Amino acid sequence: MANPSMIGGGRYSRGENTGDTRRLAVSHVSAGAMLKRLWSYLGRNRLLLVLAILLSVSSSLLGLYGPKLSGQAINAIDVPAGQVDFSTVFRCAGLMVTFYILSGILTYCLNIVMIRMSRRISQQMRHDIFENLTALPVSFFDRFQTGDIISVITYDVDTVNQSLSTDLLQLMQSIVTVTVSFFMMLSIAPKLIIIFLFTIPIMFLFTRWLTGVVRPMFRRRSAKLGALNGFVEEMLSGHRTIRAYGREDAVLKRFDEKNGEAVDAYTIAESYGTITGPSVNFFSNISLTLVCVFGSILFLRGQVRLGDLSSFVQYSRKFSGPINEMANIIAELQSAFSAAERVFALIDAEPEAPDSKDAKELESVHGDVEMKNVSFSYIPGSPIITDLSFHAQPGSLTAIVGPTGAGKTTIINLLMRFYDVDSGQVLVDGQDIRDLTRASLRRAYSMVLQDTWLFQGSIFDNIAYGKPGATMEEVVAAAKAARIHSLISRLPQGYDTILSDNGSAISKGQKQLLTIARAMLLDAQMLILDEATSNVDTRTEEQIQAAMRTLMAGKTCFVIAHRLSTIRSADHILVLRGGQVVEQGTHETLMAKRGFYYELYQAQFVAQGC
Amino acid sequence: MEKLEKYLHPYWWYIALSMFIKFLGAAAELTIPYLMEIILDYKVPAGSRRDIYLYGGLMLLCAAACLGFNVIANRMSAVSSGKITRAIRHDLFAKLESFSPRQMDSLTTSSAVSRLTSDTYNINQLLARTQRLGIRAPILLLGGIAMMVSMDGLLSLVLIALLPVIGIVVYYVTRISVPLYTKQQTVLDRVVGTVQENITGIRVIKALSKTDYEKERFRKVNQELTDIDRKAGSVSAITNPTSTLVLNLGLTLVVVVGAYRVNGGAVRSGVIVAFLQYFTMILNAMLGITRIFVMFSKGQASANRVAAVLRAPEDLTVLPETQPEPDAPHIAFRDVTFSYNGREPDLQHISFSLEHGQTLGIIGATGSGKTTLLLLLLRLYDPDSGTILIDGRDIRTIPPEVLREKFGVVFQNDFVAEGTAGDNIRFFRPIGDDAMAAAAEHAQADFLRERPEGMEREVQVRGNNLSGGQKQRLLIARALASNPEILILDDASSALDYATDARLRQALYRNYGDTTTVVVAQRVSSLRHADLILVLDDGQTIGAGTHEALMESCEEYRSIAMTQMGDGKEGA
Repeated sequence: MANPSMIGGGRYSRGENTGDTRRLAVSHVSAGAMLKRLWSYLGRNRLLLVLAILLSVSSSLLGLYGPKLSGQAINAIDVPAGQVDFSTVFRCAGLMVTFYILSGILTYCLNIVMIRMSRRISQQMRHDIFENLTALPVSFFDRFQTGDIISVITYDVDTVNQSLSTDLLQLMQSIVTVTVSFFMMLSIAPKLIIIFLFTIPIMFLFTRWLTGVVRPMFRRRSAKLGALNGFVEEMLSGHRTIRAYGREDAVLKRFDEKNGEAVDAYTIAESYGTITGPSVNFFSNISLTLVCVFGSILFLRGQVRLGDLSSFVQYSRKFSGPINEMANIIAELQSAFSAAERVFALIDAEPEAPDSKDAKELESVHGDVEMKNVSFSYIPGSPIITDLSFHAQPGSLTAIVGPTGAGKTTIINLLMRFYDVDSGQVLVDGQDIRDLTRASLRRAYSMVLQDTWLFQGSIFDNIAYGKPGATMEEVVAAAKAARIHSLISRLPQGYDTILSDNGSAISKGQKQLLTIARAMLLDAQMLILDEATSNVDTRTEEQIQAAMRTLMAGKTCFVIAHRLSTIRSADHILVLRGGQVVEQGTHETLMAKRGFYYELYQAQFVAQGC
Repeated sequence: MEKLEKYLHPYWWYIALSMFIKFLGAAAELTIPYLMEIILDYKVPAGSRRDIYLYGGLMLLCAAACLGFNVIANRMSAVSSGKITRAIRHDLFAKLESFSPRQMDSLTTSSAVSRLTSDTYNINQLLARTQRLGIRAPILLLGGIAMMVSMDGLLSLVLIALLPVIGIVVYYVTRISVPLYTKQQTVLDRVVGTVQENITGIRVIKALSKTDYEKERFRKVNQELTDIDRKAGSVSAITNPTSTLVLNLGLTLVVVVGAYRVNGGAVRSGVIVAFLQYFTMILNAMLGITRIFVMFSKGQASANRVAAVLRAPEDLTVLPETQPEPDAPHIAFRDVTFSYNGREPDLQHISFSLEHGQTLGIIGATGSGKTTLLLLLLRLYDPDSGTILIDGRDIRTIPPEVLREKFGVVFQNDFVAEGTAGDNIRFFRPIGDDAMAAAAEHAQADFLRERPEGMEREVQVRGNNLSGGQKQRLLIARALASNPEILILDDASSALDYATDARLRQALYRNYGDTTTVVVAQRVSSLRHADLILVLDDGQTIGAGTHEALMESCEEYRSIAMTQMGDGKEGA
């Protein structure tokens, strides 16, 4: 299979030949490498693992001593009527009861330990995935479907978890049982063991072969399920629009295709995966038959006693049972492995390039921002910004205007370093932002983005989000400044009102006011407003503008807005067109120039018919 | 569970056949120890090597039959459980699509997603494994018991007496664990929700350096999930060792009772040996059954969640058709009142009428009910009182497929799907290339022509590679593509600059003269040419009329208009 060294580099790339959907693609690693990786998770719970092994060995040993005792009892019974050695029978029975009870208790304890361990591991995995998700660059989420990522966190982690908790536990018990049974059988009738020397290797080779066949099938199963999830998540988020257009049937048809593919992949994987169990069972039945036949011959030759033969047969069943189980587990592990591949691929996805080693904290910010000859493109070959330069003085208001698609939002992406420039420099207080820590750079800004984002939580938490430990007074002050306080106080639960999924209880404009309140609360030296007021009615906007002016005092501000009248007071206007700054200057100088800005400005008046 | 039974129905025979085959496999398996007993008990004492080989051969035959039957039956179970899961998912998705926005709001999208994926997966596992283990284990159990009874009734009684004990244990464990598994799925919903929020809010989170806070938030919900998962697992784990213990105690009893029976000459010692064999078999069968119960607990929790969605009453049902009013306007609202939560009204006493080809503009403060009015017109919600009519027919009497055909809609921040620009304009409708190109042109989506791919231009998840203005124009093109009877634009051009916005309005005016248009906007300039403008405040109409009339009569409107046009004298 694939080169094990790939495991570290197993990162997401765009899935190929996926048609309309981009899936998470993972690099395939060998079973050994996968086990090693899983082991790193097991290893973190070493204490529990040692405990589990101890419990497992002792409970299996106790359980296994049973047949030996019952064999002894039967030897005592296997006499003509009336001559049964009852003292032996009772002694054996007493021991059996004790052993079984102890074994039961130990088994339960073992289960608990294993459950604790496996749940911890899946918790750890979810934790690691999430940790990395938060470290991933913004571009990652611009490219991959949320549903596919969620599928990894839920379904794939669960699959790994299940296999670790049930399968691994059984595997461990099986190993103990097999080993002990083997020695027990060896002690009873060594000759009969020879049979297993033939059947077990065949079984092993067969399982190995089958595993190789089945593995890609399980991989496909995980991938198809992820694709289905991605589709479902996307379409359900567009539920209202689909309803409004009455396209339910057409969407359902597409769903059916994806569902069909997922089910087919499942059926194939499952059909082949479940061959293992009966096959191994077959081999163990053959072993049993051979044991029985040759055991009988040995008995006839007087080389074994009936009780011994009985014990041996019991052990060989005990022996083949776990081997049977082990084979089943190996089949199960195939699905766990393909799930684990997806889990690890997400954990390994390349995070935002770390801050450079000598990155400095951006401290006592003046707010002097400069772009020097910046070029940038999202997709190589289609440049969004070429050779852009401008300089914003501390405390100045820079307005960015221009037709849609001119690259205005992209400038924000670059200022905040969500994306890195292809060439040129972005400087804050004369320092290249790539020489600064991202956290300190981003802290220096407060922003209100085009897409309002609120999370499931109280209004208080949503406003106080950017400022940990904010008091109620501060939050109320911010809300008042954003003109949302009166609306909030009208709600039955006031600031404790929980915003549900997508904040659907409140309107778009109210959401925007909340995010404005959130930005108000921050004490950052630089401010970014991206279309912040486009969904707020003009009257409210006027009020916000007034509040904003106070907030903006002494801060470096970047405003993207289309209401030219609100930007006229800007210290500096950047006029963008097709990714180029075509004009810069104050409103007066630009108007005097009668250039592109003048045109835009005229358009506003023409449009308003004044 | 009952709700899901009907999905098993079409596969009744198939499942029965697969179970019968499984039964044959189990019978073959069961015969193996029986043959073994014959060898040990009769053929060995008789010293007949030929018979030993013969019966050994029969054992091999049974082993082969067991293999064949099981492989076939397993495959069949994978096929049937796959098909059933597919059908359940199909219906579930269809049902979720048919949910009214109100139902979807209360369910939440993240819960809907996990019901469709994680829960159906649990059901699938239950179906497949029950079929695989469900017949084999009980048959091995029953067969084992039958064999034992046939060999020695009294000894079998010992075992049979113990089975109810196991039954009671299983019953109580299931009763405790099902609610735990249900809760687990609920917590899982919250995990999904948290991840979703983090993905959609990644920019804000990074900008505010809230990564650590989010990690902590996730850590909590992750911990909660782990705890409930562990609790459910620990309860379920009781079943297995308990039933093993009970059976093993039974085995010991058999040995003791057997000793008396052998001593009394009632049974031969070979019977005890065979008994122990069957006991092991029964033990394994019992383990299989308890495993099914664990899966069942989990599967049932999921099945209930799925069934809850499927059972949800149909919202927004179609009322019986009535005679349309003659000479009715195209759209009419008559004293419409509506509330989302059933307490404070979000819209009150809204009345207006609109003729074919007219334009309605709606303006008002945030939260004044503008979007709500549109949602009512689209019948995504029903009004609490009052009626909405289209061509004189109450929209509640119009079948949804007829009603939806009439509209082209752009919501605020509307849904852009991954795929191509063309996919997004077509939006699952049979729309020709020419119509699409025309719609794109009218929507001012000229950016589509900038690249050679044109309509095939790639659109990333949530339209992330498009600017706000590009998205809006794509969405407007979608709304125009079907040449709708009624066009609804909810602040659909807010990200467009004035020049583009003006061109858009001109294009609409020129090319969609017959289309009745409802526009919600913040900009007076977007509305001023409307035939009727409604000024909403706190859910009530505080002004209605043309721009000129409102400038005269409506204080609110005038102040909005004045602020927007401001002191822009220098451009005039």
